[in-house]
Amino acid sequence: MTAPDTGAVAPKTPTPPETAPEHLPELEHPPGPAPGAERRKAMARLTGRRLLAAVPVLAAVTFGVFALAAASPFDPVAQYAGTAGRSASQETLDELRANLGADGSFVERWWHWLTHAVTGDLGHSTSMRQPVAEVIGERIGWSALLCAVAFAVAVLLGTGLGVAAARRRGGLLDRCVTGLSYLLQAAPPFWTGLLAVWLFALQLGMFPAGGLSDTGSDAVTPGGLLNHLVLPAGVLALSQLPWFALYVRQGVGDALEEDPVRGARARGLRERTVLLGHALRSGLLPVLTLIGSRVPELITGALLIETVFSWPGIASATVEAATAADFPLLAALTVLATFAVLAGNLLADLLYGLADPRVAFEEM
Amino acid sequence: MAVEEPTPMKTEDGWTSARAHGAARAAGTGRAARTLRVRVSAVLLAAVVLAVLLVPPLFPVDQQAVELTAKLRPPSWEHPFGTDSLGRDLLLRCVYGLRVSLLVGLVAALVATVLGTAVGAAAGALGGRADRLMMRLVDVFSAVPHLLLGIFIVAMFRPGVWPVVLSVGLTHWLSTARIVRAEVLSLRSRPYIDAAISGGASRTRVALRHLVPGVLPQAVLAAVLMVPHAIWHESALSFLGLGLPAHRASLGGLTEAARGSLLAGDWWPTLFPGLFIIIPTLAIAGLAGAWRERINPRRRSELML
Repeated sequence: MTAPDTGAVAPKTPTPPETAPEHLPELEHPPGPAPGAERRKAMARLTGRRLLAAVPVLAAVTFGVFALAAASPFDPVAQYAGTAGRSASQETLDELRANLGADGSFVERWWHWLTHAVTGDLGHSTSMRQPVAEVIGERIGWSALLCAVAFAVAVLLGTGLGVAAARRRGGLLDRCVTGLSYLLQAAPPFWTGLLAVWLFALQLGMFPAGGLSDTGSDAVTPGGLLNHLVLPAGVLALSQLPWFALYVRQGVGDALEEDPVRGARARGLRERTVLLGHALRSGLLPVLTLIGSRVPELITGALLIETVFSWPGIASATVEAATAADFPLLAALTVLATFAVLAGNLLADLLYGLADPRVAFEEM
Repeated sequence: MAVEEPTPMKTEDGWTSARAHGAARAAGTGRAARTLRVRVSAVLLAAVVLAVLLVPPLFPVDQQAVELTAKLRPPSWEHPFGTDSLGRDLLLRCVYGLRVSLLVGLVAALVATVLGTAVGAAAGALGGRADRLMMRLVDVFSAVPHLLLGIFIVAMFRPGVWPVVLSVGLTHWLSTARIVRAEVLSLRSRPYIDAAISGGASRTRVALRHLVPGVLPQAVLAAVLMVPHAIWHESALSFLGLGLPAHRASLGGLTEAARGSLLAGDWWPTLFPGLFIIIPTLAIAGLAGAWRERINPRRRSELML
């Protein structure tokens, strides 16, 4: 699919590396491959190409999911019938098997599922007792809200800390940021989340410990929602933040050693301009290519955080579905997550192209 | 997932790396700091391994022994980590949990490495259509979030030791496969391989005598770096209630079991198992990172920890 770091960088400048490292100031390099409208068209083509390429991947993932289920001792009929299945006659069980669509080989079942999924029928969730599409529809908004807020906080705060640390490598601030980042990366998010609940909800009483609304009321008000969002989004952001901080620190720190920055300083530009205009701009590029690879991590984090904070999103539904071996729901959620990962990769590539005019979309 | 060390981004030409080296020295990330980090990591790892190996035989106390009169005692001299909601000593439980976590982590990392090395070596050595097919497979697998696929596997095969090992192994072989394949491809174009082939060496001989030793350091490094990942993944599964059974509580399971006490305001049953996940992770990452810099000082490694 998209290893965003393979061939994404396509510097068109044929200059030797000694005189021109990758980060050239805007004016010095020849104009990018296609400015303006051309470039937008190229982006649309890339999007179309990626969406087409996603189809076989999604089909393969669902196939793998069905193959795994077929290889496992899991039996949908036994699960559906429960204890009554032990006393039921073979004919009843066979009939049930046919009704559940569980007869035939797993390839047949996979094909059956796939053709129905295309029309929007994802089957019936056995643990939630409602259609899978309905379960997802009810919950996806909450998950998207949580992930989007956390991701935005992690990117902004991580970039800020990374730049601050890169300014004086080896300084006190740098050592604090790096040390804390390593520590936070090694800490499991569910543990951080539980400690945050203990400190902020139980000891300080600043924020509620979980859910969407206060106990006793079902109404979700904007103010109450914000109050309930702070802890889960904060902890999720905290689990994603170290990666950004460390990579931005590395990128900006390296860029600060390069000639454009030296040139900018020699011209007497303000340190602020040098840092944000020159070093951050070129230092952020490698980070941008890898941003897509953070989507799986974000989903992993959300799985744990939603469970800790009883957040009624997709991820906590996944855990419930897994505990109940709810195959239809799990299969749909796996496909959904795969789609999110592919979309994240595409988004990262588009962003990268927007940030760096030298990138040729045709080559992605 | 766990600790990721950003490797130098541009050190292809010695010109930049020489300067970066100067900067690193000025920044205190030079040799002295690295040596300190390696020593601290080694001591921590040794402590962890010794604790796991020696505590059970030296202190033949039943870690499951319930003592309801002493439940939820805060940390004290008698119980350095306090006691849990059933009055069990948490230090002992954490050591036993670490034992389970480390064991599962090691086995799972081994499974992942064997699988990854096999696929990567086969793809790199066979080349052509087989290579493309296998790498497509790797791409498809890496599009599914690890923990989600792991959850799916455990859900279908029912929680237990082997499903957890399988779930970690089946989701973590991808990076190893990529690394090994790249290594094989780069080795294949080296003159000494050509020399061996023109000297009449058989395919097996080339593979065993020339390719395997070349790939081995990278594969072993990948395996070592995989262990914290595996521990992390297993503890996440256990925390979600999809991991190991309660009588084999791993560190994630201990954290999960402590949730009730935490909501009642008792922090120690949650804090210490988490610390026991962090310490070996940082220690292994510190050692493996230093080793990686040694065997691979210039190329930007694909390894993510």
